[in-house]
Amino acid sequence: MEIGISHYLTVSAILFVLGVFGIFLNRKNVIVILMSVELILLAVNINMVAFSAFLNDIVGQVFALFILTVAAAEAAIGLAILVVFYRNRGSIAVEDVNMMKG
Amino acid sequence: MGLQALFFYLFAFVAVASAFMVIASRNPVYSVLFLILTFFNAAGLFLLTGAEFLAMILLVVYVGAVAVLFLFVVMMLDIDFAALRAGALEYAPVGALIGVILAVELIVVVGGATLSPEIAKNSAMPIPPVTERTNTAALGDVLYTHYAYFFQIAGLVLLVAMIGAIVLTLRHRQNIKRQDVSAQVARTPATAVEVVKVKPGQGI
Repeated sequence: MEIGISHYLTVSAILFVLGVFGIFLNRKNVIVILMSVELILLAVNINMVAFSAFLNDIVGQVFALFILTVAAAEAAIGLAILVVFYRNRGSIAVEDVNMMKG
Repeated sequence: MGLQALFFYLFAFVAVASAFMVIASRNPVYSVLFLILTFFNAAGLFLLTGAEFLAMILLVVYVGAVAVLFLFVVMMLDIDFAALRAGALEYAPVGALIGVILAVELIVVVGGATLSPEIAKNSAMPIPPVTERTNTAALGDVLYTHYAYFFQIAGLVLLVAMIGAIVLTLRHRQNIKRQDVSAQVARTPATAVEVVKVKPGQGI
C-alpha cells in the first residue's frame, strides 16, 4: 500500500487529539498542559509539511518554519510566566490561578 | 510493502505511542523525555516527505531549545507532582469521550483523502527536483524573496519573546550589593576623602 497524504493526515490527527486529551487529563499541571500545546503545534506542522510534499508546493514548508518560530516563542513566554507564578504562589496548579477573581 | 512504508509506520507508531506517554506518565521529567522522542520521530516523518531542512530545524529548535527549557523548569520548581495528579482521573472519561469523538471525526474526514495528480502540477511555487536544488536552498530561495517581510516579523516575534521572558523573570533583590556606575562617576574628592587631625599619642 502506497503511503499517501491520508496516512500523514491521520498521524497528525491522532497527535492533535492526544494533545487535546492531555489538556483534559492533566488539567492541574500547567507544565504538561504546555507540553500538550507543543504536541498540537507539532500536529499542525506535520499537516503543513504533508500538504507541501503532496501538492509539490514549497510554501507549506515556509509556513511550517514560521509555526516553529511561534511555538518556540510561546514555550519561552509560557514557561517564564509559569516561573513567575510559582514565585508568587508557590504552586503551579491551575485552580490556584484565581487572584484576579473579584 | 516498500522500505518507505516500513519507516513511515515505524516513525508514526513510535511518535503516537510516545505522545500518549507524554500526557499519561506520572513524572513530568519522563513527559519531557517522551516529548523529545516524539519530536525525533516527527523529524523522521518530515525526512520521509522530503522536508530535510525542517526535520533538522525541528531537532535543533525543539529538542535543543524548547525541550531543554521544559526540563530546566520541571527540575527548577520544587513541586509535589503526585499531589497535582490526585484528581486526574475525575474528568478522564469526559476527556476520553471528547477525544475519541474528535479523533473519529478527523480520521473519517482526512483518512480517505487523496489528491488528484493534476493539482500538484499547477502549484504556485513548485519544489524543484532534489538533483537540481537541495531542499535547504529551495526553501531559502522562497523565504528570502517572496516571504522576506514574514521572515522579519518572525525575527521580531522571537525578539519580543526574548525580552518578555527576561523582563518577566528578572527580579531585583533588595539586600544585595551591586555596582552603581553613576554614583561612582559622580564621586569627588570632597565626598570621597575625609581629612582627620590626629593628636600625637592618641588614636582616632
